[in-house]
Amino acid sequence: MTTTQDTSVANGAERQPRRRAAWRGSAKGSPFIAVGFVAPLIAYLIAFYAYPLYRSIDLSVHDYNIRAFVQGNAEFVGLENYVDVVTSDLFPTALWNTFVFVFLSLVFQYTIGLGLAVFFRNKFRLSGVLRALFLVPWLLPLIVSGSVWAWMLNGDYGIINSFLAVFGVDQINWLTDPDTAMTAVVIANIWLGIPFNLVILYSGLQNIPEDVYEASSLDGAGPWKTFTRITFPLLRPVSAITLLLGLVYTLKVVDIIWVMTTGGPANATTTLAIWSYREAFGTGQPDFSPAAAIGNLLIIIALIFGFFYLRMQKRMEDH
Amino acid sequence: MHIKHLRTTTAFAVAAVAVGALAGCSSDEDPEATGSSSGETSSEAPGGTYTWWDPYPQHEAGSDWEGRVQACGEEAGVTLERTAYDTTALTNQLLLSAQEGTSPDVVLLDNPAVSTLADTGAIVSMDELGFDTSSIDENLLAAGVVDGTAYGIPIGANTLALYYNAEILEEAGVDPASVTDWDSLNAALEAIDAAGHNAITFAGINTEEGSFQFLPWFWGAGADLTELNSPQAVEALDLWVNWVDSGLAPQTVISNSQNTTWEEFLTGDFGFVENGTWQVNSAAEAEFETGYITLPAKNGGAAPAPTGGEFVMAPVQDDTARYAVTTQIIECMTTPEGFVETADTFAYYIPPTAEGQDQFIEAHPELEVWVDAVRAAKGRTSDNLGTDYPIISEQLWTAVNAAMSGAQSSQEALDAAQEAAQSELG
Repeated sequence: MTTTQDTSVANGAERQPRRRAAWRGSAKGSPFIAVGFVAPLIAYLIAFYAYPLYRSIDLSVHDYNIRAFVQGNAEFVGLENYVDVVTSDLFPTALWNTFVFVFLSLVFQYTIGLGLAVFFRNKFRLSGVLRALFLVPWLLPLIVSGSVWAWMLNGDYGIINSFLAVFGVDQINWLTDPDTAMTAVVIANIWLGIPFNLVILYSGLQNIPEDVYEASSLDGAGPWKTFTRITFPLLRPVSAITLLLGLVYTLKVVDIIWVMTTGGPANATTTLAIWSYREAFGTGQPDFSPAAAIGNLLIIIALIFGFFYLRMQKRMEDH
Repeated sequence: MHIKHLRTTTAFAVAAVAVGALAGCSSDEDPEATGSSSGETSSEAPGGTYTWWDPYPQHEAGSDWEGRVQACGEEAGVTLERTAYDTTALTNQLLLSAQEGTSPDVVLLDNPAVSTLADTGAIVSMDELGFDTSSIDENLLAAGVVDGTAYGIPIGANTLALYYNAEILEEAGVDPASVTDWDSLNAALEAIDAAGHNAITFAGINTEEGSFQFLPWFWGAGADLTELNSPQAVEALDLWVNWVDSGLAPQTVISNSQNTTWEEFLTGDFGFVENGTWQVNSAAEAEFETGYITLPAKNGGAAPAPTGGEFVMAPVQDDTARYAVTTQIIECMTTPEGFVETADTFAYYIPPTAEGQDQFIEAHPELEVWVDAVRAAKGRTSDNLGTDYPIISEQLWTAVNAAMSGAQSSQEALDAAQEAAQSELG
């Protein structure tokens, strides 16, 4: 960064007089030019952020049954949809499932991702190839990985059960037993999320200066001490953003759960995101209003953690 | 000066692109406002392009079905642009397009969704198009009738039956003809189990398919969709739950779709499978000998199976002049010859009129069992349920799924379902 800045300053000094003249000449046109340059961004933001958000809120405060959806004359009901959702029997279940799903996924994705990142920090033969192979889950279409996991976890013919049977474990009905279904989808989701954590944490590790490690090894720090005193603290900003992005991503996971269990059995894997999707698209009887209300609640939850992150970051900067 | 000139040009270019993008957004709504003017051009000249949506993505471009559709377009003197979605996506797409004013000219839609869509006012009634629906079998047409008006015509019908693996039944000493009620079915299943095979498989997935598969047992026990927690309903659900608990049916039935179920059956390790008319060809090509019987009711006789199959419908257009051609296209699909041709193309669709059925049986005497089954079948939205059916059905499949997975007893699950359905229906 510093070098590029230097050259630009040098060039700028040379060109400055001419540039100033140009600006003076076009003083009248400059606001339009400014608008011209900002317009694409504004248009993009309006079309792809503001309007969908507005539409989502609009859906959630009206009573859009199918007829009203087509005819566009939905009744305004205020926060009724939100009240219905929050007081629904399914709400505590879905909230708890969302918490369990997100918490377990994040803890294991992060821990395993960090372990692998530290492991790959020591360059060895084929480490590049191996690291690339760990990205495979990321590259596979979710419908493929979801189906394969569902197939492997199949209670009657799944390879995981036949493997466990070798050790004398009884048949586990991973996806069809309400007690194990959540474990099954969490396992699949952890597998999916490891590459993301690995990549970001690995690049974070590259930014820790080598001399810090050299200094610590001169001071006689062992591998564990190095990790707890150097790697982990210096990786904290990267860890925070990894966890935040992971949280936002995991909160809205629909595909992997939908492919594996469609939220069942008996709502054991129904998270808020699955509930929203099911209301809108899962039944052939689309209820867009409650679906939008649940979706907006998810946005609020993600926002809360976003602010939490910003505060944490500010506190770190203040130190 | 040179630089300035370049900058201004760039700025204007950028601004122009941005304005263009904004205009692009707002012009999306234009078809609604000026739809008639753009529509007129296509209706003035005979020919033009008409759009056709159906739920058969498995029949790709170049398939027999695609040819059948195009032939109807040619007959009407237009080009048909066909798009296929899966059933759930098709319903959603239809709603969105109805809202945007970009509905297709002709659509084929799964029968339980017909009344829901007709209720939105986005579908032209068959009376308006000048069709007489009196020759259609009443039990098949029922799904498309709202307040006495028909909004579509079934292009064919299918239903469910019990297929069996003749080799396994023989090995277990079971005569398929002896299966006439639940007791004899249970006895047969236990005999197959004792012979070391999986007795039966079916689809209990928590979607509409689960309800579709459960209804023959539900109705066969004498239960009614308006009372989900009646003793008969509990009995029907207990039948399924006991099959799973006692190992007569595999655990996979809890999450099986009808296709997965059929795949299981094709492994050759299952005695019975509950599946539909559409597998007739596949059954004939299986590596073992297969047969089928009607689904038994609890106390004997054939259980009323739900009818499956698509309705042909005409969504409302801004330009009503298009209906003339649309009518010709629908006509082509719904004459007795048209029905038989569709049935032949799919090899599993039973024509919905007596005349069509007679012609069909003449050509395919071996499929007479299916024609009888379709005649005895019952529409899911019939019994005056109409748009209430999807709501009740959702609760039903949720209860079936909960009971089979062991989360609740049959009684608890169905009580909860009845309560939820009632509160949603108000």
